[in-house]
Amino acid sequence: MNWRQIHTVYRKELTDTLRDRRSLISMFVVPIVLIPALMFGMFAMTYKSVRKAYEEIPTVMLVGGAESPRLREELAANKRIKLAPYADDYATQIENKQLRAAIEAPDDFDAILASGAKAPVVTICSYAGDMRSGAAADEVARFLSAYLEKVVRRRLAEQELPENFHRPFLVRRKNVAPPEKVGGAQVGGLIPYLLILLSFTGAMYSALDLTAGEKERGTMETILCSPVGRTELVLGKFLMVLTASLVTVVCSLASLGATAVVAVRMLAGEVAAAGGAAAGGGAAAAGGGLPMTVSLPGVLGVCALVVPLAVLFSAVLFSVALCAKNYKEAQSYVSPLIFVIILPAALAMLPGVELNATYAMVPLMNVALVSKEMVSGNFPAGMIALIFGSTCVYAAAALAIAVRMFKKESVIFRA
Amino acid sequence: MQKAMIVAQNLSKIFHDKKRGEIRAVDDVSFSVGPGCIHGLLGANGAGKTTALRMLATLLAPTSGTASVAGFDVVREPEKVRANVGFMATSTALYGRLTARETLVYFGRLNGLADAEIAARIGRLSAELGMDAFLDRRVDKFSTGMKQKVSIARTLIHDPAVMIFDEPTIGLDVMAARSIVRFIRGCRERGKTVVYSTHVMSEVEKLCDRVGIVHGGKLLAEGSVPELRERYGEQDMEEIFMRVVGEGNDDAGNNDTTNNDATNNGAANNGGGNSDAENDDATSNSVANNDAANEVANERDGVR
Repeated sequence: MNWRQIHTVYRKELTDTLRDRRSLISMFVVPIVLIPALMFGMFAMTYKSVRKAYEEIPTVMLVGGAESPRLREELAANKRIKLAPYADDYATQIENKQLRAAIEAPDDFDAILASGAKAPVVTICSYAGDMRSGAAADEVARFLSAYLEKVVRRRLAEQELPENFHRPFLVRRKNVAPPEKVGGAQVGGLIPYLLILLSFTGAMYSALDLTAGEKERGTMETILCSPVGRTELVLGKFLMVLTASLVTVVCSLASLGATAVVAVRMLAGEVAAAGGAAAGGGAAAAGGGLPMTVSLPGVLGVCALVVPLAVLFSAVLFSVALCAKNYKEAQSYVSPLIFVIILPAALAMLPGVELNATYAMVPLMNVALVSKEMVSGNFPAGMIALIFGSTCVYAAAALAIAVRMFKKESVIFRA
Repeated sequence: MQKAMIVAQNLSKIFHDKKRGEIRAVDDVSFSVGPGCIHGLLGANGAGKTTALRMLATLLAPTSGTASVAGFDVVREPEKVRANVGFMATSTALYGRLTARETLVYFGRLNGLADAEIAARIGRLSAELGMDAFLDRRVDKFSTGMKQKVSIARTLIHDPAVMIFDEPTIGLDVMAARSIVRFIRGCRERGKTVVYSTHVMSEVEKLCDRVGIVHGGKLLAEGSVPELRERYGEQDMEEIFMRVVGEGNDDAGNNDTTNNDATNNGAANNGGGNSDAENDDATSNSVANNDAANEVANERDGVR
């Protein structure tokens, strides 16, 4: 192995890459600007629309209850609900979003309630899947349970029974998971998923440019007729592809981290003000409710695992792109690979999919699964070693294939 | 007799094509070139010239037969062969995003030269080729002529003993083609051994110490220009070529899959007249096949 040659090839490819606008976009602009902007934009939009849905005073219709003025009065007195006049087509109105929800109650609701003989049935009508309708139904349910509580308290008072007569004991819930476990469970899947995807896309452009791109520009034959060894040439080029992949990962991590800090600061205040524990979405979870962090050693551990994975990706992409005659052809070979990458990474994100010895041998999925654990602060040493080892073996095999491919005439001089 | 710098012995290259089956791009070719000689390979597009030269430059491995360049075997010591060869073809482009100087430094380093040595050689080559004005500019902005100069400097940076040119004048205008011809002649003056392929007859007459006529992968005739003239009783190289290849065969059996220069413009026929084919130094250091039969049996013994 001639290290000087490898170094010479690597340095040349680095210079070449840093002068290529397309490479710079793929290595720096996309991870630093585009991805955080997209993520932040997505979170901000989700958060905003959720908050809006819960802040809105919903228009609700009372269906029935014609001879029940008390129910009507109670409803009218609630400031969080706007009562609409009765119409036959309330279901259609909910569907058309003119109405958020409806309350179906018997006409003689008041009378049945007063008699105490049997319980009248009240139905909340909402449009499943529509967030605003759901928020309205929640509001109506809150109103009804408050009303129910009021009736119960009155009845207890009439019977001179203690206030907690119907509640012999109280139930509470308490979270014992440390903050990073909560955070790990929520974003633990997302971080490795992103890193896997980014290390792949980071390597992609470079791998194409250094193989098929070079064939297309006619420089492949020029370099092949120099005395550089084929293995040295592949390794020099491969190191450049790996560099591109890792630079993309580091840039995105740094920029995502910075975005997260800013986003949490910006949103935390608002969430607290809105008291929006009810609001879903990552942004709200990051700000309000539970204090949430991810394990820093965990994130560093994930980064360490991404290195052999990036080697694997770089070598695979290099081999695949090398088979193509030109850039366009290489793109059509490489693009479907993204789906091959996404699937195991996405599977690992599913709740309930846990690391075991079998999954530990599945490339990609193993890294994604163990990353989820590490981000939550669990470090299963045996598994980590097994996964690191197996990924290194896959990476070495892919690299060996890349070298072999480069030595094949039918690949390099494909007509 | 000096030892031959290039020896090809029963060299063959077979490609396998799904549609056309087995293609004998180079078929049992033997020849040798002595030091300081210019050896031309004359043939139509697809005759097998590119494949033959690529085998000598170790870009392709022979299917059978052997070849050695500067005493190194092309299969066993390809890196040593390449260290002694400057190879230039239409398919050897330059890196557009590097400057001329960076290109030369890169190839110098790959050839194992020290940086000081590279700098000195760049200085010499740049002065010689008139590259000073654009040495530190990026190649992608260069004109064809400027690129050509850089390419020439690239092949010379490691001062190789053997130069291999594959159709170096194809697609060039008269001026550029002339400068290439001058450059090739200059290589001989510096004692370099040159093999080059072309389909331009006038170039062969002007330049070559020896000529091999290649057709359908086979070397059909070989000798110095005067020898060939005498053997075929024709003065004009084109007539000789047609006699060798066979008049009825002018559709040219295109069976070379690797020939990627589709442009069949017999570029730059620099007008006749100045054919300076005074090949008096044709010291027959490669074993000529002196059987004058125009259907050549390929029992060339090539080397001594």
